[in-house]
Amino acid sequence: MTSESSKLSDEVEDLDPRRSMVAAIVGPTLTLLALVALWEFLARWSGIPSWLLPAPSAIVDSMIEWRGELTWHSMVTLYEVLVGFALSIVVSIPLAVAVVYSPFLQNTIYPILLALQSTPKVAIAPLLVLWIGFGALPKILVVFLVCFFPIVVATASGLSSVPPALIDLIRSLSATSTQTFIKIRFPTAIPHIFVGLKIAITFAVIGGVIGEFVGSDEGLGYLILISTSQSRTPLAFGALLLLTIMSIVLYYAVEFTERLVVPWAPRN
Amino acid sequence: MAPTGSMLFAAVGDVGARFAINKAQQQGASACIRGHVKSRMLKIKIENLSKIYRSRSGHVSALEDVNLDIVQNEFITLVGPSGCGKSTLLKIIGALIRPSRGTLHYDGKTLLQPTRDVGIVFQEPVLLPWRTALDNVLLPAEILGLDIAASRPRAMELLKLVGLKGFESSYPRELSGGMQQRVALSRALIHDPSVLLMDEPFAALDAMTREELGFELLRIWDTHKKTVIFVTHNIVEAILLADRVVAMSPRPGRIAKIVKVDLPRPRTLDMEFTPEFKGYSDEIRSVIYHGGTVAA
Repeated sequence: MTSESSKLSDEVEDLDPRRSMVAAIVGPTLTLLALVALWEFLARWSGIPSWLLPAPSAIVDSMIEWRGELTWHSMVTLYEVLVGFALSIVVSIPLAVAVVYSPFLQNTIYPILLALQSTPKVAIAPLLVLWIGFGALPKILVVFLVCFFPIVVATASGLSSVPPALIDLIRSLSATSTQTFIKIRFPTAIPHIFVGLKIAITFAVIGGVIGEFVGSDEGLGYLILISTSQSRTPLAFGALLLLTIMSIVLYYAVEFTERLVVPWAPRN
Repeated sequence: MAPTGSMLFAAVGDVGARFAINKAQQQGASACIRGHVKSRMLKIKIENLSKIYRSRSGHVSALEDVNLDIVQNEFITLVGPSGCGKSTLLKIIGALIRPSRGTLHYDGKTLLQPTRDVGIVFQEPVLLPWRTALDNVLLPAEILGLDIAASRPRAMELLKLVGLKGFESSYPRELSGGMQQRVALSRALIHDPSVLLMDEPFAALDAMTREELGFELLRIWDTHKKTVIFVTHNIVEAILLADRVVAMSPRPGRIAKIVKVDLPRPRTLDMEFTPEFKGYSDEIRSVIYHGGTVAA
């Protein structure tokens, strides 16, 4: 290309978001498909037995074969995750409010929360089974335990993030603390709360599986345990895939809710 | 809403003669007395006011022995370098922080708690991002328990006054910095306070928006008579807006000089190039930077 022709052709920057979205979707999809194809190829031609590393096609076959069981166990896990997550929201947000408004609680509860958060949940799960027995409740409690800390921390920091000038403004109007909370503090905290919720929901599915691993006769975690012990590895992979999908879908559900509730929140 | 019952306490007389006396002000006395004599009521009286902060390294005197009388509907600018205590003084006038010593009187009464007779505008608009421009303006009315149905037309009127007609249902993120600050100004006026406190309200805006808003503020002040106390670090802005410029110097923060500005109103931008303006500006500069104090 001569220097003359490069002078003549103007460089036009493409600002159409649709075109860049296509690029953002097509690239990763193709990469994923390539990886799956490579996996399929290796699993078929490398001589690795299916109970060790099943081919993607074998996983799909077994998911179709066991679709009834997979659906049932998915529903069990989803139930535990959702109830545990909801419980953690109901407990964490008022707790965060209490911590922010009371220096005494801040000094006493925060260390306890931190200690609880630092304890491995895998180690607590067997105790919960010991105390409460089998069934959904101990799993719900494990989900609750892994979820509540990020929500408390995010809510507390959100409630404390009102700009000082805004505090001065409402003080100049002699606002009551109830007015300040309802009109200023809580709405200010909502975007922060959603940050905590998004972190929590990714932990929630993990929490549910931990609970099921420790003692259960249903749920996707149980299904993974039982199928690996019976060398039904393709089914275990199928359950794993469903867990991943569940986690991703739940995350985006929280994000979607955020868009509805806080359209003003800054987004990257 | 202004407590008229306290008129008895208000002193009437020559504005210049009412200045509390300190050494620096005596030097500026000629500038103060010059000009016409206005008979207006004393609105805010600040007496022997000091603010001391305790820090690890000892006591820091943010304000020392400040005396200032502000008459009703006067436009006062507080100007000075960073750390001269001008924002602290403004917050004390708003009763948002307590002085360590001295008293603050509104209409002759000692003020200890914030009063609804005050509207405040800060450097940042601090609008609520989940509320429209109109609902942001209505916030003080809600907090004060005013009749919202009655306040709504007033809020619309105020937004029109600041040039935001048609933007009532816009959200802050859809407005420019200057427009957001106009909303903040409307919000400060919604409950019809008689005192407007402004803490470097245009400092975060670009120079042109800043000048534009300054003149709009003067227009609003002219039609909706308010007592305005306006903090700035911009000497030109301070002179162009004010009836009197209170020049402050740092460490400790105190009033170095009070300069009465006798430029005719309405003020215009080209006044900046008159000899009188230069005289005021030199006077203020010399006291602010007196003693080689480095302005931050």
